[in-house]
Amino acid sequence: MKEVLADVERWRREGKAVAVARVVGVEGSGPRLPGATMVVSDAGEVAGSVSGGCVEGAVVTEALAVLAEGRPKLCTFGYSDDEAFAVGLTCGGTVRVFVEPLDW
Amino acid sequence: MSTVFETLAAALRAEQPAALAEIIEGPATMLGAKLVLLPGPPQQVLGSLGDPDLDRVVARDGFGELAAGLTGTRHYGLHGEARARDLSVFIESFAPPRKMVIFGAVDFTAALSKVAKVLGYRVTVCDARPVFATRARFPAADEVVVAWPDRYLAEVGENLGGRDAVCVLTHDPKFDVPAIVAALRTGVGYLGAMGSRRTHADRVARLREAGIDDAGLARVMAPIGLDIGARTPEETAVSICAEIIAQRTGRQAPSLRDSEGAIHRAFLAAGEHR
Repeated sequence: MKEVLADVERWRREGKAVAVARVVGVEGSGPRLPGATMVVSDAGEVAGSVSGGCVEGAVVTEALAVLAEGRPKLCTFGYSDDEAFAVGLTCGGTVRVFVEPLDW
Repeated sequence: MSTVFETLAAALRAEQPAALAEIIEGPATMLGAKLVLLPGPPQQVLGSLGDPDLDRVVARDGFGELAAGLTGTRHYGLHGEARARDLSVFIESFAPPRKMVIFGAVDFTAALSKVAKVLGYRVTVCDARPVFATRARFPAADEVVVAWPDRYLAEVGENLGGRDAVCVLTHDPKFDVPAIVAALRTGVGYLGAMGSRRTHADRVARLREAGIDDAGLARVMAPIGLDIGARTPEETAVSICAEIIAQRTGRQAPSLRDSEGAIHRAFLAAGEHR
């Protein structure tokens, strides 16, 4: 969180809406621990990271959708026993990312 | 009035402990509701999860998680019932940065302070010699203190805990023996001291004379660092920080302390043949 504060504050000063995506759960192999944070502005700017790179693009897409809809969302990326998700992690783990508008 | 985010951001900037508790699963209207917990003093709870009983239970649990430095998800009923699973609450602890105190205003200290900063440490450089202990020589350090190491530790030692590190790079028994003795009186998690094997053998004798027992000596990682063939100040800094990580995680990595023979050996550059 701390590493993205400067970007968040700059975007907000510029009048941009900001979405926050935080890793809230990791199962199996995953590159980043719970708490890893990415922020996305409504202009599509990105700071921080929630993975080793494999799901970053998908999280940006979710973040822009969350900004458009104005509602938070819990997203799961990876592979579990019964369902294959659209975006996989090359490491074989599953990561849960909570994405929300930064309106608080 | 500051928002919840601004309050959290201010605490993080000030390197004060804080926790953020947030509903990540449950009824749609409750998703994203959050509490910011500041242990203070004075202890503060900002925001709401939408129910006073839930707020009270989650705040209690959140302060506990923060004290233990834990981050994770807990489950509750809509009013904070412990055995229910209506809600998932993600509690993230923001602990203040780990502290590293480096004694000795030498080139190895400049390199170590840089690498430690990359790893997120709050770095203090301390040396009794004002000519050497200057901000200009240690731009990466958060703080440069001119003081005798043992006196400095007598002042701040009680703030050092298991997450923190003391690295004694003075290379001079006049400074490093009192520094190690003083560091052993603290609860610091990692204590390393630089020097050749001969220097350290001499230092062990002096530490024993100073009343340090086997348990105390066992806490001292010396010669400091992993046995990775580090040579330059920067490489040595990496070997020290890697040793600190390995000690914290309990992994087997080859510490110089546990090996024998020359610390600096002749080596072949990649691609060279003897």
